[in-house]
Amino acid sequence: MALLKMKFPLQRRVRLAQGLWLLSWLAVLSGAFIFCLGVYLKTELLRRAEVMDNAEIHVVPNILMLVSLASIGTNWFAGRVCQDSLDTTRFPRWKRFLMGWFAVVALLCSLLVTAVVLSYALQGRLEESLKVGLRNGIRFYRDTDVPGRCFQKETIDRLQIQLRCCGNTNYRDWFEVQWISNRYLNFTSKEVKDRVRSNVDGRYLVDGVPFSCCNPESPRPCLQYHLLDNNAHYNYEYQTESLNLYSRGCRQALVDYYMELMNTIGPGVLSVILTQITVAVSLRYLQTAVEGAMALDNPEDDSDGYLLEKNLKETIQDIKTYFLILYMRNKINLESDDADAAEKATAS
Amino acid sequence: MALMKVRFDMRKRVKLTQLVWFLYWVAVMAGILVFSMGLFFKVELRKRSELMDNNESHLLPNLLIGVGIIACGINAFGGKVCYDSLDSNKFLKWRPMLRTFLVSCVFFNALLIVTAVLCFVMRIPMEFTLAEGLKNGMKYYKDTDTPGRCYMKRTLDMMQMEFRCCGNNNFRDWFEIQWVSNRYLDFGAKEVKDRINSNVDGQYLMNAVPFSCCNPSSPRPCIQWQMVNNTAHYSYDHYTEELNVWKRGCSEALLSYYGGLMNTIGALLILVTALQVGVTVGLQYVRTSLMTLCNPDNPESVSEGWILEKTVKETFFDFLRMLKAKFKRNRVEEDDS
Repeated sequence: MALLKMKFPLQRRVRLAQGLWLLSWLAVLSGAFIFCLGVYLKTELLRRAEVMDNAEIHVVPNILMLVSLASIGTNWFAGRVCQDSLDTTRFPRWKRFLMGWFAVVALLCSLLVTAVVLSYALQGRLEESLKVGLRNGIRFYRDTDVPGRCFQKETIDRLQIQLRCCGNTNYRDWFEVQWISNRYLNFTSKEVKDRVRSNVDGRYLVDGVPFSCCNPESPRPCLQYHLLDNNAHYNYEYQTESLNLYSRGCRQALVDYYMELMNTIGPGVLSVILTQITVAVSLRYLQTAVEGAMALDNPEDDSDGYLLEKNLKETIQDIKTYFLILYMRNKINLESDDADAAEKATAS
Repeated sequence: MALMKVRFDMRKRVKLTQLVWFLYWVAVMAGILVFSMGLFFKVELRKRSELMDNNESHLLPNLLIGVGIIACGINAFGGKVCYDSLDSNKFLKWRPMLRTFLVSCVFFNALLIVTAVLCFVMRIPMEFTLAEGLKNGMKYYKDTDTPGRCYMKRTLDMMQMEFRCCGNNNFRDWFEIQWVSNRYLDFGAKEVKDRINSNVDGQYLMNAVPFSCCNPSSPRPCIQWQMVNNTAHYSYDHYTEELNVWKRGCSEALLSYYGGLMNTIGALLILVTALQVGVTVGLQYVRTSLMTLCNPDNPESVSEGWILEKTVKETFFDFLRMLKAKFKRNRVEEDDS
C-alpha cells in the first residue's frame, strides 16, 4: 500500500509541473533572501568583533550563507527537472539524480533547523564571549599609545554612545579599572599620590566614568566624576539618580541587540524550510506520476503518484534488508579474501 | 518652414510611438522618485525644526511633492495617449485635446526648471535660518523644566553627537550663554555668587562645554571644564589641542548636510526635466506624424512630423498676434456695452 497515493490524470500532471516550476523559482528567491540575511548578520557580528572574545557565534551566519547558496542550486535543479518532466525523452536522464537530490534537500533542511536552534542555544556562549571582550576593552581603554590597542578607547566610546549603555554589567565597572592614562596624571600632586597609594596595585582609581556614558535625556548637565559623593554636587543623590548615565550594561545591550536580530531572522528561515519541504514533496509526486505514466502503454493515461511505494514500515524494512545484504556481501568478500590469502601463504 | 521636420513611414511611426510610450513609463517612475524625495526632505526638515526655531521654509519640499504628483499624472496620461495612438480610431478621440495637453506640458517643464533652480538657491535662506535657530536653541539648553522647551537639551545633545559638531560656529559659543540650569547651582556657594556678579546679566557663565561636544577619537579622557586654563589640567595646551572636542560648528555641519541633500535633489531634478522635455518632444512628433498622413484612409502611408509648424520667430509672432486679437475683441465688447 503506497503512502499518500493520489491519482494524476494528464491535466493534473501538467498543472503540477507548472506549479512546481513557479514554486522552485520562488524557493530560489527565498534562498537568495536568506543569503542576504546571513550576510547582514555576519556584518553586524563583525562590526563588534573587537568586544567579542571568540567567534563561536559566527557559525550561525556561516551555516545560513552556505545552506542558502546550496538551496539556490538545488531549487534551480528542481526547476530544470520540472521543465523536462513532461517530455518523455528528456526526463529519464534526470531520474538517477533524484534520489541524491532528496537526500541533499533533507540535509539542507536539517542544517537550517540546526542554525535556528543554535542561534538560541549559543546565547550563553555569546554572553560569555562579550563579558570577556568588554572586560578587556574597559581595561585597555587608557592604552591609546599602545600599538594594537590605540583604538580601544574610540571603539568603547562609540559602542556606549550607539547602544546607549555603560560599562560591562553597569557603570560601576569603570570604578574598578584605571581608565585615565598615566600620561595625563600629575604624579607630583598630592591628590594623585594619595589615590595611587590607596590601593594594592598602585592604580589611579576614580568613582568616575567616561563621557560616553552620559545620557542625553538627563535634565541636568552630565555628572561624570565623584559619582558616589553626594556632597560633591549640588542637589545630587546617587542612590535615586537614574537619568544621569545610561543604566544598562553594554553586555546586556549587545546580547539584546543580537537576540532581536536573530529573532527576526528566525521566522524567515522557518518559512524557507517550509517552502523547501513543499518543493521536495511536489517533486516526489511529479517524479512518481511521470514514471508511472511512462510505464503505461499510453503515456497520456492517468497514473498514480505517491510519496513512498510501500507504507512506512515496509519501506524501513526494505532499507534495513538492503543494508544487511550489503553488509553480508562485504563480509563474504572479506572472508574469501582472507581464505585466498591463507592459501597463498601455505602454498608458498 | 517647420522646425526639425522628419519623414515618417509606418514602421518608423510605430517605433517612435513605442519608444515614447516606454519613456513615459520611465517618466512616471521619475515622478514617483521626485515625490518620495520631496517627502524625505520634508521629514528631515521636520525632524530638526526645533533647531531652526520652527521657522524653516517648507516651500521646496512642498513644491517637490506637488511636482512629483503632477508629473505622475501627466506622464501616465501621455503614456495612455501613446498607447492609443497606434490605433487610428482611438487616436481620434484624443486628437482635439492633444494641443492643449502639449502646451501644458511645456509649462510644466518650465515649472520643473524653476524647481531645480530653487533647489540650488534655497541654500542661502537656509544658512540664515540655521544660524538664528541654533543660537536661540542653545539659549534654551538649560530649560529642561519649561514646557515646550524641555526636549531642547536632548535634541541639541543628539545633534552634536550625530553631526560631530559643537556650538553654533565653534565650541566657544557655549562660553557665552548659561547652559547649566539654576536648579543645579548652589547660590550659597562663594564661587557661584562670584561668577554671577562678574557679568551684567547675572548669568552663570563658564569656560565649559556639554559632554556631547566630546570627540571619542581623542587619546585623552574628555576635558569639558576650564577649557582655556592650561594650568587646570596636566599636560594640556588649549591652543594646540585639536582632538578634545569637535572643532566644527553645528550650523556649518547642518548646512553641509541639507545643502548636500538639496544638491542631489537638484541634480536629479535636472535629469527628470531632460526626460520630461524628451517625452514632450516625442509626443509632439507622434501627434504631427499622425495628423499629416498623405492618404488619410491608408494608415500605412508616409507622413511628416515636426516640433513647431513654423519657425520659432513666426510661431512667437503668431502667438502675440492671437493675444492682441483677443485683447482687441474684449475691448470692442466693452466699448459696445
